[in-house]
Amino acid sequence: METVAHKRPNYIAIWGYLFVLTVIEVTAAFLSHIPKRWLILILLFLAIWKALLVAMYFMHLKFERWRLRAVFIIPLPLAIILVLAVITEKIW
Amino acid sequence: MTHAAATAAVMRAPFPAEPGAGVYSNKLGMWVFLASDVMFFTALIGTYIILRFGVTAPWAAPAAVLNVPLTALNTFLLICSSVSMVKAYAAIADGKKYFLRAIPGKTLRDGGLKFWLLVTMICGAAFVSVQVVEYIKLVGHGFTPAGYREGSLLAEHAAADAVRYGAATAGLYGSTFFTMTGFHGFHVTCGVISMTYLYLTKVLPEKYSAQDYRGIEVIGLYWHFVDLVWIILFTIVYLI
Repeated sequence: METVAHKRPNYIAIWGYLFVLTVIEVTAAFLSHIPKRWLILILLFLAIWKALLVAMYFMHLKFERWRLRAVFIIPLPLAIILVLAVITEKIW
Repeated sequence: MTHAAATAAVMRAPFPAEPGAGVYSNKLGMWVFLASDVMFFTALIGTYIILRFGVTAPWAAPAAVLNVPLTALNTFLLICSSVSMVKAYAAIADGKKYFLRAIPGKTLRDGGLKFWLLVTMICGAAFVSVQVVEYIKLVGHGFTPAGYREGSLLAEHAAADAVRYGAATAGLYGSTFFTMTGFHGFHVTCGVISMTYLYLTKVLPEKYSAQDYRGIEVIGLYWHFVDLVWIILFTIVYLI
């Protein structure tokens, strides 16, 4: 049992990671003087980073077979296409 | 065996897998549901993005209308609940059905499934409670799904500073904000109710074991997804 526990991801470290990233996000959003366009890109990057940490380590996607990962990954490009299609329609 | 392969072998649950998918059916079912939920939340968040960046009139600055520090606290609560959920999963996978158990030579006690799942439920319930308080305060200040209520504090502010408070787009802002956060809150509420049911019917009677903890893994996947969605929502709705 001890070996099993050792091989699992360090969940508390991931929690610390998420906490630090959230603090950076809030600080960047309200206390920094970064131009709006860059700020949006930085905040989105941090949000995706945090979401990936949750999916990879808490939902254990990192340790699943590819065929199961595909179930979750395939809708993501479809989601982007959905949003881009509507934005494109507005531009046209 | 490489470290990654060894870890993957440890993480694989000891239940019979369905042919083809390689996982047991309850887990595959939850993943398929989560995939459909990705599209559901994409529709909501996508609509918000298109409306917000598509309108020519100014949109309200989130900090002018919303209570961001309170919501940052709520984000922290949800992240804590996610880590306690995964600790509950790890505890039962190691066969720890108990609440707390003393460790010889240490002051800290070792938490089992009963402890970590209870922590998760408390954090989840606290999240929903804070959200209810936030809604009550927002509506009290005049921010409703239909925009700023006439004669309210926010309507007065919007009349004085139409750009910062997005006076012309308040209706769009109110409807998208309450729809997105409301549906997320509904997901959290469903999660807390499901966990309470499992706690009373399966966890307290010690029906889960190191050989069968499917219910905990499946509800855990749902709970982490709810956390993942909030991470994206918090950034897009409260920070940008």
